[in-house]
Amino acid sequence: MMVLLAAANLSKRFAGLVAVDQVSFAVAAGEIFAVIGPNGAGKTTLFAMIAGALAPDDGTVTFAGARIDGLTPDAVCRRGIARTFQIVRPFPALSVEDNVVIGALLRRADMPSARAHARAVLEMLDLADKRGAIASSLTLPDRKRLEVARALATDPKLLLLDEVMAGLRPTETDRMVAILKRLNRDTGMTILLIEHVMRAVMALASRVLVLHHGATIAQGAPEAVVRDPAVIASYLGVEAAS
Amino acid sequence: MWSIYLNVAVQGVLTGLVYGLMALGLSVIFGVVRVVNFAHGEFAVVAMYGAYVLFTAFRLDPLWAVLPLAAVFFFFGYALQAALINPFVGRPEHEQFILLVGVGIILVNVLLISFGPDARPVNLSYGFDSYEIGPLLIDKPRVFAAAAAIAVAAALFWFFGRTRTGAAIRACADNLVGAAVVGLNVKRLYALTFGLGLACVGAAGALLVTIADAAPSLGPAYTLIAFIIVIIGGMGSMAGALVGGVLIGVSEALAGFLFAPSMKSMFSFALLIAVLVLRPQGLMGQRL
Amino acid sequence: MIELWRSVSPRGRIVIALALAALLALPLAADRYVLSVLTLIFYFAYVGQAWNLMMGYAGQLSLGHALYVGVGGYVAALMWLKLGIGPWLGVFAAVAVVSAFGAVIGWLGFRFGIAGVYFALLTIAFAEFTRIGFDHLELTGGAAGLFLPFEEKRMGEWWNLRGGQLLFYYLALALASGAVLLVALMARSRLGYRWRAVREDETAARALGIDAFAVKMAAVIISSAMTAVGGVFYAFYYNNLFPSQVFEISRSIELILAPIVGGLGTVFGPVIGAFVLTPLGEALSAVTTRLGINAPGVKAVFYGLILIVIISAMPNGIWPRLAALFGLKGRPP
Repeated sequence: MMVLLAAANLSKRFAGLVAVDQVSFAVAAGEIFAVIGPNGAGKTTLFAMIAGALAPDDGTVTFAGARIDGLTPDAVCRRGIARTFQIVRPFPALSVEDNVVIGALLRRADMPSARAHARAVLEMLDLADKRGAIASSLTLPDRKRLEVARALATDPKLLLLDEVMAGLRPTETDRMVAILKRLNRDTGMTILLIEHVMRAVMALASRVLVLHHGATIAQGAPEAVVRDPAVIASYLGVEAAS
Repeated sequence: MWSIYLNVAVQGVLTGLVYGLMALGLSVIFGVVRVVNFAHGEFAVVAMYGAYVLFTAFRLDPLWAVLPLAAVFFFFGYALQAALINPFVGRPEHEQFILLVGVGIILVNVLLISFGPDARPVNLSYGFDSYEIGPLLIDKPRVFAAAAAIAVAAALFWFFGRTRTGAAIRACADNLVGAAVVGLNVKRLYALTFGLGLACVGAAGALLVTIADAAPSLGPAYTLIAFIIVIIGGMGSMAGALVGGVLIGVSEALAGFLFAPSMKSMFSFALLIAVLVLRPQGLMGQRL
Repeated sequence: MIELWRSVSPRGRIVIALALAALLALPLAADRYVLSVLTLIFYFAYVGQAWNLMMGYAGQLSLGHALYVGVGGYVAALMWLKLGIGPWLGVFAAVAVVSAFGAVIGWLGFRFGIAGVYFALLTIAFAEFTRIGFDHLELTGGAAGLFLPFEEKRMGEWWNLRGGQLLFYYLALALASGAVLLVALMARSRLGYRWRAVREDETAARALGIDAFAVKMAAVIISSAMTAVGGVFYAFYYNNLFPSQVFEISRSIELILAPIVGGLGTVFGPVIGAFVLTPLGEALSAVTTRLGINAPGVKAVFYGLILIVIISAMPNGIWPRLAALFGLKGRPP
């Protein structure tokens, strides 16, 4: 297994509060890796450190063999990591297609090829029919898929998805899961996701990391993790294990 | 030698307190309602003329005009916010800006039409009297104006610190969604805040006319001074507005004395740039 | 370019062609006054377009653009007066100096995270500081101003911008048309898309690999450089420069009115805005004089009222409504 992303002893403190406490994990190329845990566990902070939005106080992040901790968000994206936001951030006044085109412009030198690539990505995310719509007019599930499409258009090696299922109904969740599964299977896209929706985690992830109070309390295959007593006690509750 | 500097500086402090009161109004408006009131100085000039009219018609000392003018401006501010400005809260800054520029243009030019472009002085009987304290020679009007400014500011501090409505307004500034969720009538509170902000301006205008002649062209200059003071003093900090006012008052007085009167604002603008770059939260504001 | 033309709707192409033809031929029929009003319209369309690039596309609010007009004008005027170098060369110096100013302001603002109203105040501070500075600068004539003398024998040297109304009419028309073309091309370019991304949501834009700092710097430098050319035009058209007039904040406000009223972030907005506002100002002057109201200020009061009405009722500007009404919308690139 070739390690694409490795976090080693990542820590972050905010004025006395330890948000992330010596977290280490590795994501293999082509796998889907999930980070779960209760609210306030430090998942988003962890994400932010990988994506370049925050600099870690301690520890390192290595991507494709090179250190990326401390890089700016745009530099991280240029290295090949694309992220979505927990609260979606479409470009409201622009069309769906233009939103994705902007993502595609990272690696495409001219407008026509960027547009062609954007259309292909929209096709993949089931948004082709809405490409002319203005982003602000979209419903939440469509916005979520737009967010993913836009990130995908940057041709990343690693996709960081921040609670991409939040707010979706079960049918929409299944649709998104299907899209991500297809993406991973057909292109070998490596995905690192933060998720609360266990249904999605169990369906997608090959390995899971559980955070609580900023620290790792379990790591491993999903089936094993959900049965872990510490995980059940802190997060899942007895029913989820069954 | 140093006594001259001291005199100039004290002069600056007193003037600065009045500027500070004007800026306090902006701090309240911008800090709470978050509207870029680019007509702030123009409102102050209207108040200056108001005091001038009351003085020439009724021999009313501007110090006494403070209360009625503040009251009038309060209602005017309340009405303006509720009727015209409210839809613009939350809209892009350049739209608010254009709206208030329009208001400012109307105010200035109505004054121009009514009074003409020449400066109108308020000739107080004690206008040339001064207090002697050791090496200091301080003009009476400035002392009274500064004292009145402090009094009005104190009243405002009391209101925001000690009354329920004041606390409600501060809540809106801190957390708008939360405020609405707990049932505060945000629209009404905004109108109230704008009224209070303009009341400060009304009071400040009445005081300003005792230390400067009223002229329509002062409007934009005062608007800029108000913004400089609020940013240097710190957004959202009422004490900061007064401190900033004093700082600008002193620096303008000293710069005007050391270089040339026409250059006094240069220093203020340089200070603004420095603060924006180095410490955007100002001297006493919270981290942006 | 062909692609650009193709993206305009057939109706739009006809309108553009007719309008250009009419404006080119107009001097045959119109008197000097009309030409001077149109020259003013073209001037405001031009500088408005320059400002539109920075605000409408990149989303950076500058309220001190008069700085760039003034410095551009002064540099070119000084080169003419002191070094005998004509504006055809002086314009390059003007652009260089002004771009440096723009770069400094941009760097300070973007490097230190000064945004929105604060950035606008930064630009005002620079403009005001420069205004007062120039008032006391002997090199530029101080508050008394700088004058380009009228030289009979030089009239006709169009490359030195020594000529009559006709010269400046066509020059202004060329500048305004060029600006429209430039903005249209930039809007469809990769930079134009990146600008809009940064304008809409800078954080999201950065997460897509866009170097927001570089993109914003490009906006302020291009915008200020364009405006500098307007300043050169201004200096040689009016033949006088006073710091209190050229740099003052009301000038900065004046030049943003057309793009906002016409339509921010659109290609034709500033043009439409200029065509609406400038004649409006003239008409108001005419009406008030006719009615015998000779008070200066009456025109301004109406102007203020109109601003309030337009920004309340049509905050996106007149052009988008007009375009939709007449079916003139173009296709994206």
